[in-house]
Amino acid sequence: MSAEPVAGGADFLVLRDLEKRFDDHRAVDQVSLGIRQGEIVALLGPSGSGKTTTLRLLAGFERPERGTLSVAGEDITNTPPVARRFGMVFQHYALFPHLDVGGNIAFGLESLGVTGSELIRRVATALELVELGGFERRRISQLSGGQQQRVALARALAPEPRVLLLDEPLSNLDPSLRERTRRELRALIQRVGTTTVLVTHEQEEAFDLADRVAVLNQGRLEQVGTPDELYAVPRTPFVARFVGRTNEMRATLVAVEGDRCRVRLAGVEWSLPTNAAVAPGPVQVLARPEALGMVAPGPDRLTGKVLARRFTGAQGFFTVALGDGTTIEVAADPWAVRVGDRVGLEPKDRGVHLFPHEPA
Amino acid sequence: MSRGRGSQWLGALVAVVLAWIVVYPLFLVFVEGIHTPGGWTLEAVGRFVRERNEWGALWASCWISLASVALSALIGIPLAFLVARYHFPGRRVISGILALPAVLPPLVGVIAFLFLYGETGFAAHLFQYVFHLEEAPWRLQGPGAVLLVHAYSMYVYFYLFTRAGLQRLDPSLLEAAATLGAGRWRMLRRVVLPLLWPALGGAGLLTFLTSLASFSAPYIFGGGFRVMTTQIVSTRLNGDIPLAMVETFALTVVALLGLALLRHSSRNGDRSGGSKGVAPEPRRLRTGISRFLVPTAVWCLAVFLILPHLTLLLVSFVPRGTWTLEAVPPVYSVGNYFTLFQDPVRLRPMVTSLWMATAATVFAVATALVVAILVLRRRVRVAALLETLLEVPWAVPGTVFAIALATMFSVNAPLAGRVILVGTLVILPLAYFVRSLPITGRAILAGFRQLDPSLEEAAATLGASRWRTLRRVTLPLLRPAIAAGASLAFATAFGDFLTSVILYTYDTRPISLEILGSLRQSDVGVAAAYGVMLMLISGIVFALAGERAGGGVA
Repeated sequence: MSAEPVAGGADFLVLRDLEKRFDDHRAVDQVSLGIRQGEIVALLGPSGSGKTTTLRLLAGFERPERGTLSVAGEDITNTPPVARRFGMVFQHYALFPHLDVGGNIAFGLESLGVTGSELIRRVATALELVELGGFERRRISQLSGGQQQRVALARALAPEPRVLLLDEPLSNLDPSLRERTRRELRALIQRVGTTTVLVTHEQEEAFDLADRVAVLNQGRLEQVGTPDELYAVPRTPFVARFVGRTNEMRATLVAVEGDRCRVRLAGVEWSLPTNAAVAPGPVQVLARPEALGMVAPGPDRLTGKVLARRFTGAQGFFTVALGDGTTIEVAADPWAVRVGDRVGLEPKDRGVHLFPHEPA
Repeated sequence: MSRGRGSQWLGALVAVVLAWIVVYPLFLVFVEGIHTPGGWTLEAVGRFVRERNEWGALWASCWISLASVALSALIGIPLAFLVARYHFPGRRVISGILALPAVLPPLVGVIAFLFLYGETGFAAHLFQYVFHLEEAPWRLQGPGAVLLVHAYSMYVYFYLFTRAGLQRLDPSLLEAAATLGAGRWRMLRRVVLPLLWPALGGAGLLTFLTSLASFSAPYIFGGGFRVMTTQIVSTRLNGDIPLAMVETFALTVVALLGLALLRHSSRNGDRSGGSKGVAPEPRRLRTGISRFLVPTAVWCLAVFLILPHLTLLLVSFVPRGTWTLEAVPPVYSVGNYFTLFQDPVRLRPMVTSLWMATAATVFAVATALVVAILVLRRRVRVAALLETLLEVPWAVPGTVFAIALATMFSVNAPLAGRVILVGTLVILPLAYFVRSLPITGRAILAGFRQLDPSLEEAAATLGASRWRTLRRVTLPLLRPAIAAGASLAFATAFGDFLTSVILYTYDTRPISLEILGSLRQSDVGVAAAYGVMLMLISGIVFALAGERAGGGVA
């Protein structure tokens, strides 16, 4: 087991143009994704986005209508789950209730023909890996939720799978336990070095666990990137909205000047960094709360009234109502302004994104 | 999961075989009612319609069944409320005793009733002795007796369904009603009963169908009073096959009407809502009178209800001809049991019943498992059809099925899908198998539905083949459901009377017919001993099944 990603990065696990239909509905629509050996990739998306179906395609529980899947250069599109040597941790763990902890972990090893003292040794190693050494004879019903999660992980890892699949791995844990478990889970997977694909609908979980995140929407892959890339350079409005908080404003792009452009919104003009996707005409401006600065109100400034303040300690989130009634969220020093004040809003260069206008 | 071609073919094959054995015989009954060797005729239908006796029997079947529902509800529902809601000494024992008739063969109940309340029974003896009467003080016969026996054994459906319904009732719903100012009576009327309605409807339907299909009670206690089931058998014995077919068809129609009516009235479906089922804690009785009254009443009822079976046990120890005028039998011995095991002629029916019931159970369980896998895992196209075919024998009275099988398998016409099986060793196990399909199928399908499919998927990702997954994961987890399905199938087949009486031959006569034979020869003790053996073996099977069910998953 090597912890190092293959240098130069020929992709280890490749999804090419995968398509899966249920009746007439395309659950997974032309998804292509390359994953390097040892990499942890999260499939992130709202419910119904096709992330679970993609995972089930990877596991082999579903067969794609089109497209191919390969691992280490071997085509596994039509390989049944039994023969894939992929480990999976199910959302509700799917631990066998009639077997004890040791029996659960031995199950996959027995499939490989491991027996006798070798079996006992490897079960013990797997349990030590998840810090449950000596738990072999415990019944599943005697374990806490967190312990069950770790047994499920040990069971999946024990046969040394080529790829580890995790379906909402933390959704069944108490919120207080989740954050700590996230860090432990990532450290453990990195230590073992198994290529991992996980499914989650929580952005925070995806960002904490994964090296790269693939955002899915309505069966399509919207964007793949590191958490920083997704946040800083969202390629679609959906990604901008789904990853982090954002304000949406309608505007008109007046002119492009080099790598900047002028847009008119609510009667004022802003100069913003531009990208190739937009042309003069109606556009959408998506701005992160921290990408707007509060300044003194003025005639050539976007002006509004502070309606409310949400205090989180280090920062304050201010709700600012514009003249036409839309509200904007702005992050600033908690004591910058007071509720009731009139303020002007100025864009910063980072965190404001322009997209072509989407017809409603 | 994949929808393999092989699974589709297997699904179609199973559907064809089930249709052949479940639907085709009923279709033949319909045809033979209007078709004689001479051609198509409505002659038998005409006789049925004109004959007052026929309408009388049909009407008797209907009203006896409705009255049985009412009387059973009257006993079963309050009992369930008392046991589920109050805490008193011996509560667990009582709730077990009260459920007993559900697992005892109906014939045994009827015979036990006869020994206790019949004209030569215990009660009559006692009465005669105390008042120095020459004659038996009463004759237990006619519709009243039948109704009494029905209520006695069928209250158990209302009792079990209501108790289960009460256990599923979310206590927070009752608390919510209380905070909204509902008093006890209003709570019962507006919250509890409406929530229990699906359970009560189910119990009512089960009672109605069981009572419509009931044969042993009217056969033994009916006297001149004829219901449809006894009418069919006697018409057939008289050799009037076409008329028997028309009668059979008429009874089927009534059963299906009852079924449709209930389906229609409970269309609103499950009202249990999304609430979690946590059984409310039974209340401790505080006030002086009820603290004494409730347990006494429940205990008295329970004793009253098991008294017949205790009588059966007692009578089984009474040697032939030793009990004449005394209040209680003067002599006891185990002689009757010796006869049972030493006389090869006596022992044979027990062996026959055992192997026939075992064979039927094995096939029923195997069939139910195959159907469950095809329907729930392979999701074959004929899934809905397969499930319906399993359920059909449930809606059709047992007598009807026996007649239908007797009709189908008494002709040798392989091209028409008919062979002669009547008179062979196969016919009775086959009939038991068909009759136990619904109950076994239901138990196993329900167990399968509760099985999280990701457990089998987990086994697959861990490299286990289909066969190993089935053996190591699916079957062990299904053990409680299989144990329940198998024990119910076995008990039904082992104590069966109404199918056997139509299809048996001398070589395949089961215990139930031997009981009847012994009674005819006034060999009361031996009959009782057979009855006790029936109860004992059924009881052992249920105990084993319970252990299996409990031993698997903690």
